[in-house]
Amino acid sequence: MTTDVQSLYRWPAADCTRIPYGMYTNPEVYALEQERVFQGPVWNYLGLEAEIPNGGDFRTIAVGDTPVILNRDRKGQVHAFVNRCAHRGAIVQRQTCGNARAHICCYHQWCYNLEGRLTGVPFQRGIDGKGGLPEDFERKEHGLRPLRVAILNGVIFGTFADEIEPLEDYLDKPFADQLRRQFNRPIKILGYQRQRVFGNWKLYTDNLRDPNHGGLLHMFQITFGIARLNQTGGAKLDKRGRHNMSWAAQQMGQFAEDDGYAGTERGDTKLQLKDPTLLQYRKEYPDDYNLTIASIFPNCIFQQIGNTLAVRQIRTKSAGEFEIFWTFYGYADDSAEMDAHRLRMSNLVGPAGLVSMEDGEAIRIVHEAILGSENEHAIVEFGGRGPVTDQATLITDVPMRGFWLYYCELMGIEPGKAA
Amino acid sequence: MLVRERIFEIEALLETHCRLIDEDRLEEWLDLFTEDARYEIVSRENVALGLPLPLMLCENKNMMRDRIVSLRNANIYNLHTDRHILSLPRIEMEDDGSFRVTTNYSLFQTNPEGVTVLFSVGCYHDHVVRGETGLQFRGKKVITDTGAVLSLLATPI
Repeated sequence: MTTDVQSLYRWPAADCTRIPYGMYTNPEVYALEQERVFQGPVWNYLGLEAEIPNGGDFRTIAVGDTPVILNRDRKGQVHAFVNRCAHRGAIVQRQTCGNARAHICCYHQWCYNLEGRLTGVPFQRGIDGKGGLPEDFERKEHGLRPLRVAILNGVIFGTFADEIEPLEDYLDKPFADQLRRQFNRPIKILGYQRQRVFGNWKLYTDNLRDPNHGGLLHMFQITFGIARLNQTGGAKLDKRGRHNMSWAAQQMGQFAEDDGYAGTERGDTKLQLKDPTLLQYRKEYPDDYNLTIASIFPNCIFQQIGNTLAVRQIRTKSAGEFEIFWTFYGYADDSAEMDAHRLRMSNLVGPAGLVSMEDGEAIRIVHEAILGSENEHAIVEFGGRGPVTDQATLITDVPMRGFWLYYCELMGIEPGKAA
Repeated sequence: MLVRERIFEIEALLETHCRLIDEDRLEEWLDLFTEDARYEIVSRENVALGLPLPLMLCENKNMMRDRIVSLRNANIYNLHTDRHILSLPRIEMEDDGSFRVTTNYSLFQTNPEGVTVLFSVGCYHDHVVRGETGLQFRGKKVITDTGAVLSLLATPI
């Protein structure tokens, strides 16, 4: 694609303190970012090894909007390849998960093995010398497009890029360490959730890099006197500023008198939960973090909200719609009682989450309001302008600018340069 | 023996449940549940895979009360009205005199501009007992076919 994306919109600030709304709403931008971001030099989250423990186990997933099969072959090797028949483009594997000896397209029965190679074409030679494919058709040239796969502590990533830094360098130390922390021993899958969000996917990656909204939009914990935004917390970034980890280490129930909510109508209530058990954090790591939300560029989030552990994968559908696919897990050695505790605590998160349901609505109302205002700009100035660095506060949206600076680099946009 | 009066009574409970949600009378809706009631919404995808994760889980009536207080005071969600359509219930009586009731539902949501979407389709699996105020739910498990939640799930199904 040869769209001159630079000339589409005005980028008045080199530090991405202004984002043109058209970047969220333009279908041309969406098409280009499939190619330059999701299929560019990035590691996309694909799934967890625990989901495909046996040879032949597969899951159908998506990288951006490209359908992908993730499976394990009979030797135990994990492979990922595009779930689109080389023949006429049909979905090959239609089930969301299962166990297969091969993946066979239902349309004309083309058959692919667990490495994505084309192994069978019915009537390739025709019948009695009539029909069939030309003599020079080579099956080995028509496999399913593979992704290169890399695995860290059971977490599977994949890339379409030929040239890219190794996974651990891409993640950088704080994020590789975070994955080692959250996947420190064998896990078990507790279940999935799916959420359709009616807005651009980058409004969600913004949301995740804007901890400032946490104590203003999501008022559950504040209303019930459980947490405040002015507690110990902050944001860690990788060396390029493209990934972000919002973290909090909270002291329950100790608030200052002047807590920053003066003059607003929020955060002033004496309400108490009748059953607070869903909030009881059971310390399970050597550190004091009880909330860590690590957003890896471009498509995934590893979350620990109390004892609720999950991975969220962003699956784009169009400029104005995406799916959040949630995989919840616990540890294989959890007791039945700990399983129950994690399920109880899952009430906090997901599309019905007491501390997270608002995001679906916030993204929808932004997308609806910015349609048709492509050359106006969002303001990104909490935490200040200029360089993108680690933040020792949650009252910041600096990590958002880190995402955009790297995104612009991949897209071929120079912020601040006159169009 | 399932007498006709009992069937009417169970159908009235199901109808009241839906009407109180549709009329946003959620505090009164709570009265339809026993103190030890379990209210749960799970996706059919997880049920089919044998996975326990719910979308919403209240293990007792206090957790249900907290949900409603939170909706009224803390949460921001899509402005909408609900409309339930129910199928005929299948009713089975247990040895202890309680009832196992399964009913298909459709739940439509309409926004302030009058646009309606089919928000959720699925099946109620209810455990109905005789409580202090007549028949009540001791358990309500909503298995939703619509596992892909549209925007968000705030009000009960």
